[in-house]
Amino acid sequence: MLLEVRDLHVEFRTRDGIAKAVNGVSYGVDAGRTLAVLGESGSGKSVTAQTVMGILDVPPGRITGGEVLFEGRDLLKLKEEERRTVRGAEMAMIFQDALSSLNPVLTVGDQLAEMFTVHRGMSRRDARARAVELMDRVRIPGARERVKQYPHQFSGGMRQRIMIAMAMALEPKLIIADEPTTALDVTVQAQVMDLLADLQREYDMGLILITHDLGVVADVADEIAVMYAGRIVETAPVHEIYKAPAHPYTRGLLDSIPRLDQKGRELYAIKGLPPSLTAIPPGCAFHPRCPLARDVCRTDEPPLYQVGDTRGSACHFWRECLHD
Amino acid sequence: MGRYVIRRLLQMIPVFIGATLLIFLMVNVMGDPIAGLCGDRECDPATAARLRREFGLDKPVWQQYATYMGNVFTGDFGTAFNGQPVTELMGTAFPVTIRLTIIAVVFEIVIGITLGVLTGLRRGRPVDTAVLLLTLVVISVPTFVTGLLLQLLLGVKWGWIAPSVSSDARVDELILPGLVLASVSLAYVTRLTRTSIAENRRSDYVRTAIAKGLPRRRVITRHLLRNSLIPVVTFIGTDVGALMGGAIVTERIFNIHGVGYQLYQGILRQNTQTVVGFVTVLVLVFLVANLLVDLLYAVLDPRIRYA
Repeated sequence: MLLEVRDLHVEFRTRDGIAKAVNGVSYGVDAGRTLAVLGESGSGKSVTAQTVMGILDVPPGRITGGEVLFEGRDLLKLKEEERRTVRGAEMAMIFQDALSSLNPVLTVGDQLAEMFTVHRGMSRRDARARAVELMDRVRIPGARERVKQYPHQFSGGMRQRIMIAMAMALEPKLIIADEPTTALDVTVQAQVMDLLADLQREYDMGLILITHDLGVVADVADEIAVMYAGRIVETAPVHEIYKAPAHPYTRGLLDSIPRLDQKGRELYAIKGLPPSLTAIPPGCAFHPRCPLARDVCRTDEPPLYQVGDTRGSACHFWRECLHD
Repeated sequence: MGRYVIRRLLQMIPVFIGATLLIFLMVNVMGDPIAGLCGDRECDPATAARLRREFGLDKPVWQQYATYMGNVFTGDFGTAFNGQPVTELMGTAFPVTIRLTIIAVVFEIVIGITLGVLTGLRRGRPVDTAVLLLTLVVISVPTFVTGLLLQLLLGVKWGWIAPSVSSDARVDELILPGLVLASVSLAYVTRLTRTSIAENRRSDYVRTAIAKGLPRRRVITRHLLRNSLIPVVTFIGTDVGALMGGAIVTERIFNIHGVGYQLYQGILRQNTQTVVGFVTVLVLVFLVANLLVDLLYAVLDPRIRYA
């Protein structure tokens, strides 16, 4: 396995107490495969990704347990300088808002070329030539001229392409895309997703796609991990989860997608709000919002039950959910 | 850009006229400039009248102003009452003050920005609190107190430096006065840099720079500092004008014969031509410094374009 996260725990010290953002997350992704991590904001999906990348703000964040195995080495045990050489070169990250994620006072060419001068020790001239190549590869028209422009001179879609180009620069083995299309127009979303999927196939990279958009997931992902309150509540191959979810939370998410064949009917919504991370309910964290909740859910935290050969569900009543 | 500069230059004209007129009128109501001319005694009426005619003081104020401004544009700032042309006074005073200002600005940049970056990156730690307290003290204590205290300690008590600057005003003599002159602005630069750094440190593009695997030093200098210094540069640029004219107290304390000293003497002796002349040049310095700051702003931040 290319990347394997094992029983990761991350917490934040806040004014209201300790926020337990990640509580025992385990997931993995192979080369050439796509893992979609699904969940509401505050479910810990981004914090997990930041921990994998090694860009978590410490403090206030603190890794209290677990391993991040990348090609077998535990990244959490590396020294910062070793870790740095992994970042950008071996694994790269694409962020949600390309406008704020790119440096406003440097040209996109400078920001792309930097990857080559710093990690590969290239001359500025060669690095600049590679920057133009990269922009061509992510299909930005007129790359030769536009390489001298600043981020604000690009459209949202083009900016996200630059983010992708920057992540791709050193042909990393793993890319983490944190809601890469959320800030874009719907029409542009598909183009950017296609580009990302094409590049992934071309270079046989592992991709972790963090999203809350189930529509995007269905097209590109191989596996899905659904997160809730810092835990993984369901994992499954993508087609199986759409057919029959094994966790009431996943079911809720799927039911709350607007569908053409249900036009005119009231849209389903999961009742209640996600819990505060400083006061996660005992037992199953989802029980206050769960239609299947019983006494045992309020006291016993469900483990990730094996569901068939390929799936897992952290619900005491996954059978009920699956066959409902 | 060209059109913007032209527009800004044109806007300077009314500001320039307004500022000089104001100072001209203020100097005029300060009192009779002839009165102080004959020492402690009052001038005899005949001499006073002759002097008045000679300096054109018998004419109405607006006419005096028009004549004066006319002369200024031919490079003639008039004569001080001691017979020295004001331009000659400026020729000796401005180089001294410019030297002093440069030293002060260098202090602001080197110490202010360094402390700002240091504290901004370590917000809430002991270094940060200490520097913050120190800047608060510097800001609250008036310059003449800091100046006199340092003069007394370093110059008189410990004898590290000469307590008074010679008429050459060499650079090494101006180091302590430069520090005193810079002190308050330096404290502001520190705080401004600190806030700016601390704010941008959490920004998305800094996170991107870290995610790119850049060394920490490069993340800070190339990505964080470049963005954080935009407001600081603006402040320092504007401050240049203020330092040039605002050195009155510092120059008095250390006996530096610069612009502030001449202005002080001019006001004390009701020397109209000197005061108005020096202030006119300072107004110009201020206006040009402001324009340069605005242009520099566009260079530092490519998102800003003037049309």
